[in-house]
Amino acid sequence: MSITIKSVTKRFGKFTALDNVSLEVPSGSLVALLGSSGSGKTTLLRIIAGLEVPDVGSVLIQDEDITHASAQQRNVGFVFQHYALFRHMTVYENVAFGLRVRGRPDGQVCERVTELLKLIRLEGLDQRYPGQLSGGQRQRVALARALAAQPRLLLLDEPFGALDAKVRQELRTWLRRLHDEIHVTSLFVTHDQEEAFAVADKVVVMQGGKIEQMGAPHEVFDHPASPFVMDFLGNVNVFQGRVQSGRLLLGNIDLAAHDAHPQEEERPATFYVRPHELDIKRSANGTPSLKANVLHLNPAGPVTRVQLLAVDFGLTVHVELSHERRAELGLSPGDTVYVAPRKLRVFLPEPEYTI
Amino acid sequence: MSIKTQGPVKIDLAASPARRGHEDPLLVRWGLTLAAFGIVGVFIIIPLVHVFTEAFVGGVERYYNALFNDRDTFAAIKLTLIVAPGAVIANTVFGIAAAWTIARFRFPGRTLLVTLIDLPFSVSPVAAGLMFVLIFGAKGYLSWLPDNDFDVINNWPGLILATAFVTFPFVARELIPVMEAIGSDEELAALSLGASARQMFARITLPNIKWGLLYGVILCNARAMGEFGAVYVVSGRYRGKTLTIPLRVETLFQENQIPESFALASLLTFLALITLVVKAGLERKVQAVTASTPPPEGKEKA
Amino acid sequence: MATVNRRILPGFLPGMSYTLTYLTILVLVPLGACFFKAMTLSWDQFWGAVWTPRAQAAYALTFGASLAAAVLSTVFGLVVAWVLVRYQFPGKRLFDSLIDLPFALPTAVAGLVYRSLYVKNGWLGQFLVPLGIELALTRSGIVWVLTFLGIPFIVRTVQPVLEALESDQEEAAASLGANRFQTVCRVILPNLYPAIVTGFALAFARCLGEYGSVVFIAGNKQFDTEIAPILIVNRLEETEYGEAAAIAIVLLVMSFAMLIVINWLERWSRRNEH
Repeated sequence: MSITIKSVTKRFGKFTALDNVSLEVPSGSLVALLGSSGSGKTTLLRIIAGLEVPDVGSVLIQDEDITHASAQQRNVGFVFQHYALFRHMTVYENVAFGLRVRGRPDGQVCERVTELLKLIRLEGLDQRYPGQLSGGQRQRVALARALAAQPRLLLLDEPFGALDAKVRQELRTWLRRLHDEIHVTSLFVTHDQEEAFAVADKVVVMQGGKIEQMGAPHEVFDHPASPFVMDFLGNVNVFQGRVQSGRLLLGNIDLAAHDAHPQEEERPATFYVRPHELDIKRSANGTPSLKANVLHLNPAGPVTRVQLLAVDFGLTVHVELSHERRAELGLSPGDTVYVAPRKLRVFLPEPEYTI
Repeated sequence: MSIKTQGPVKIDLAASPARRGHEDPLLVRWGLTLAAFGIVGVFIIIPLVHVFTEAFVGGVERYYNALFNDRDTFAAIKLTLIVAPGAVIANTVFGIAAAWTIARFRFPGRTLLVTLIDLPFSVSPVAAGLMFVLIFGAKGYLSWLPDNDFDVINNWPGLILATAFVTFPFVARELIPVMEAIGSDEELAALSLGASARQMFARITLPNIKWGLLYGVILCNARAMGEFGAVYVVSGRYRGKTLTIPLRVETLFQENQIPESFALASLLTFLALITLVVKAGLERKVQAVTASTPPPEGKEKA
Repeated sequence: MATVNRRILPGFLPGMSYTLTYLTILVLVPLGACFFKAMTLSWDQFWGAVWTPRAQAAYALTFGASLAAAVLSTVFGLVVAWVLVRYQFPGKRLFDSLIDLPFALPTAVAGLVYRSLYVKNGWLGQFLVPLGIELALTRSGIVWVLTFLGIPFIVRTVQPVLEALESDQEEAAASLGANRFQTVCRVILPNLYPAIVTGFALAFARCLGEYGSVVFIAGNKQFDTEIAPILIVNRLEETEYGEAAAIAIVLLVMSFAMLIVINWLERWSRRNEH
């Protein structure tokens, strides 16, 4: 079932949680709402579930307007951030709850619950209480409970937020596989961009109650629509430069950018470069580059992180190099090198330009 | 430079309460412990022992007769078993409604409402009793009620009203923090899973608050059974008709039937002790329920 | 906790209406009746009822005895709370449970027992009376039985704060060269002030209205051991409703004034927090 959000606005007192947000979620997709706290992502999720009422706007599932339907009528599976498992009920009864309140006969309940417990791989633990389960197990019970009554949608609020790194990894993969099996339209909220990219078909980046960008993970990552998205999706080096007559000017770097600010008049601009989009060279060699001193090398991890000081700007620059490249260059702190961007982004009030 | 250690090195383990206690000099520790035992001994234990010894001073038979073969005493026990539960049930229903309203919703005047609920605690019980006499008494605002043979004052309805007034805040006060600590997530989950309001309340809310509710009920009941000042004023003290157990204790005492008076007092004391035991057990249960609620923000260890 | 919308969770309207109705019928209407009745008196009548020398003596006794009892229970309660939190001893849980007895024991029983204990030939009276310590039928007796009522209020408010007190503050003080006495006075006690004030206030408020235990232990003699609630009972027995209501109003105003002072004190003692 598809979800349509039409110009939804929600205020809490003076705080605007959602500001005229519209969104289409295609049927059967797995979508991540990505943003920092206060971006409105959880509010949006709760509005879809009927746990908040929008001030303005409407919510449709398929073509049915459910804006004024109660949570009880919506048949939407919701997984709470802290699971909200019924602490006085066993795992079995937790999962069965949605069926019991619908008055399904015992046999049917038993069949469905057993099926779900198998799906979440907790078959032997059906008589345990939530307090006796690990975080990851609780998470799976919460998911099974939400799925029991065959909901039209599955909504997950920070589904892995309360788990430690290893369990989070496992559950992430598991959720992806589960979704490929059952294909229920799913929407989950996260503040972890890595998680969003790893799991979702589509990522919606939110900030300050607005949607900054939406698209497939690689689209969003490779073509961020705004400085915010650029900054939010990982480390980035920020340079203050200028644009003039279709050229980007930064120190002695002078690059042609087709379409970018063709006017004569010079204006300041901000350039964004990701650490892995910078290369280090021993000599300037005529390529546009910045002279820099190596401050610090951190070879731990899959890449070497190099911290440099751009001499002409007094600016710290972060570069990620492969270990091979580092070995080839034979870098050590104190060396004077040249940093050259492979890719540079400029954000002007107009759309993004890439060279 | 060499470092010499003199004697065993003192290892400062993470301070446990027991260890912290050792920081006080031995003399202070013993002195304070002794003082605490003295205080509890004089104020609580000696009086407790005294009630039961005085009650049995005339022998077991006299004790038995005082409790079970005295028509007026029996009537007082029966009356208390009507009045206390009446007041407790009324305040329990109110307590649940008030706690739900206050713990689950934000509305203008919420703080005022909380203050108003506590109001009866700052009213002298005698003044509380007086208020009902002012309304329902022979010269009260609703004096047409007694004129038409419907007595509220000098009768059990007045006793229930006065007792309910005095014990009014107990259940609500206990439930509000419990409900707040549990949070509304489970209730929202139930609604989202398709439960009706009634199903949500019966299957989620009530089971979650049951220990806290019971705790409030127990405290409310203890106070209701033992209430003296308020019921003293509204009862008119008609022997065999409007005397509750504590009032009967007083009349027996005034009539110089001291062992009988103590026998009945021992019954109340016994109930108080049971209350304490149940209360101690419930405190642990309530803590367990509210402690198993994850923090509203931040991360929980898996 | 996030604000929950009234349109999401059920039961706001019925809960609110029931709460307000019950509150109004059981508490607000009777309180109003009391004020209304007192207002039927002229100012002179009112003054004549509430400000007789006998009434003044009763107010002074009620207030003074409650204050003394609250102070005494604060001292005793602090000792008990300290020992309960800081020391280990056998039977600690039983000891802990017994502290609450004054909450659960009907006050009439407390009065009866205390009187019987401290009369001339009572268990404790036989030793104390020869020493000139008379607690039965005296003002000191009133203070003593009120202290019994007040102790658990102090213990139960101070105990959790004492338990939660971080030991590193104490250790820091000790490592900075403070001796134990200085640590207690300058580090621990200031942390306890808000709890002590709250406990003191609760105990004091409870004592102000107490009736059951006092009528037993006090002889209820005019100008000596007669507390203010007894005046109300007397007026009522003479069916002087107006005058009884007037005295009740004075007591109410006294309690409310206390509440305000206490509130202010609590805020003042918490001013250093956060």
